[in-house]
Amino acid sequence: MQVQSYFSSLDSLDGELATLNLGPTHPATHGIFQNVLKMDGERIVSAEPTIGYIHRAFEKIAEHRPYYQVTPLTDRMNYCSSPINNMGWYMTVEKLIGCDIPKRAQYMRVIIMELARIADHLVCDTVIGVDTGALTGFTYMFQERELIYELFEEVCGSRLTTNIGRIGGMERDFTPVFHAKLKKFLKGFPARFEEFNSLLDRNRIFMDRCIGAGPISAERAMAYGFTGPNLRAAGVDYDVRVMSPYSSYQDFEFDIPVGVNGDTYDRFVVRQEEIRQSLRIIHQAYDNLPEGPYHADVPDFYLPDKPDVYTKMEALIYHFKVVMAEVPVPVGEVYHSVEGGNGELGYYLISNGGRKPYRLHFRRPCFIFYQAYPEMIKGSMLSDAILTMSSMNVIAGELDA
Amino acid sequence: MLTNEQILTQLAEKMPGLAISSEIAHDGILNIHTTREQIIELLQLLRDDADFGFNFLTTLCAIHYPELIGRELSIVYHLHNWQQNVRIRVKIFFPIDDPHVPSATGLWPTANWMERQEYDFFGVVFTGHPDLRRILNVDDMEVFPMRKEYRLEDGTRTDKDDRFFGRDGHVGQSFD
Repeated sequence: MQVQSYFSSLDSLDGELATLNLGPTHPATHGIFQNVLKMDGERIVSAEPTIGYIHRAFEKIAEHRPYYQVTPLTDRMNYCSSPINNMGWYMTVEKLIGCDIPKRAQYMRVIIMELARIADHLVCDTVIGVDTGALTGFTYMFQERELIYELFEEVCGSRLTTNIGRIGGMERDFTPVFHAKLKKFLKGFPARFEEFNSLLDRNRIFMDRCIGAGPISAERAMAYGFTGPNLRAAGVDYDVRVMSPYSSYQDFEFDIPVGVNGDTYDRFVVRQEEIRQSLRIIHQAYDNLPEGPYHADVPDFYLPDKPDVYTKMEALIYHFKVVMAEVPVPVGEVYHSVEGGNGELGYYLISNGGRKPYRLHFRRPCFIFYQAYPEMIKGSMLSDAILTMSSMNVIAGELDA
Repeated sequence: MLTNEQILTQLAEKMPGLAISSEIAHDGILNIHTTREQIIELLQLLRDDADFGFNFLTTLCAIHYPELIGRELSIVYHLHNWQQNVRIRVKIFFPIDDPHVPSATGLWPTANWMERQEYDFFGVVFTGHPDLRRILNVDDMEVFPMRKEYRLEDGTRTDKDDRFFGRDGHVGQSFD
């Protein structure tokens, strides 16, 4: 049998290739993804991804909901870091209505968003460990993620789909319990995280499995619209927090880690370093947390205090107006993007002055970079393809919207 | 730093026949309007010309304006110059009866799924696309659900119709 032309003469070899249906519900893919793989032994000749298994028509629903009711939809996109999605959406609306947020609220948002980034990256990096056969780090780091969720719970009452914050600021100030828990987390987490890191990052088995798995060059990554850690692993230092600072990110000093080869190992190392940088940002924001109000004075959008609603006529009127979305909104279009867990998460909002978006388009980084997956796994082993998918951190909710 | 005025002046120099109008949007980003006949040429110029350098296609999306007769559908391309950190939007409008637009997949491979998504939801046919199929909806769906004539749920509900709240909205403005 001739070996040299597997990839050039697929038709003639068709009878000898196996078609493997990976997914839609396969335990190794951590989500609902289907890939119809054409296999030559254990090597992938071509892949055909099918997506949309958890499509929930968010863009359509958003055209039928007032602005504040769009927030829970954004929760359910990248549900590993819902607060970033929520706040990206608030900032889009705030850009449209021209609302300046008090410094304290901005710093509070930064703390929450960076905690969410840590939680997001922890999931991805520990799952890379699981897929290479190291379950231990995953079980330990999920206890840390639990602590982050407790912090979210303390602010907003929810853990996964948070609906945290409000248009105009935060829903409440940090509570004393939050302060205590955050201090405890910041004290205990770094050592445990470094212990997890030392299990993997110079581990010979882990390195042999990850280095060279699913690589992509910087040029291809940019052409494919990569952003976030996957792009930085390929060596491009694009980060929305630095390029277009929002929510006072310009006040903080942090580094953008970049990789070289854009492979699984680089993606892992970049995310690990981003966790350290996020901790740096949280420390700076928390140590310099300004005094002042935790929300802007926008009665048209921000609900009045509940006791006032029961006792004051004006507060009652505003409460009714906010809930019924009977508030004037400028006509216009805005694009706002934030650095989500997986890259540039953008909101393109078109308002016609009505009580709900005329059109709201989500730029979802997972949806955009997942189309490079067939190219990245072509010619690789099946087990490397699994690893590549988990290291790209494709979140089904964000993929399908 | 590339300013919006410079972009417009240089575009007039480098693409003299360009049917163009422009506006500054609410968020300060320059919107350039052109025609679908010229869109690929314009995108290529914006991407490849050293004076523009819009290397990155951030996203593209379709919009349906049923009241604009003869130009009901629109595609908006979001471009980003990473070196100078400048964003622009390029818009085209075309009739819904003839929803054909040349594909940008030849310029950016990332346009592939973006265009499939807009085909799926709005029925915009991207000519030259290598694999134009539905992507998020089921294959045998017969409508393009993001078009405005398709209601979300109960089409008979009118209790939150904007006309009853002193606004100029239409029925499409209700929370149905």
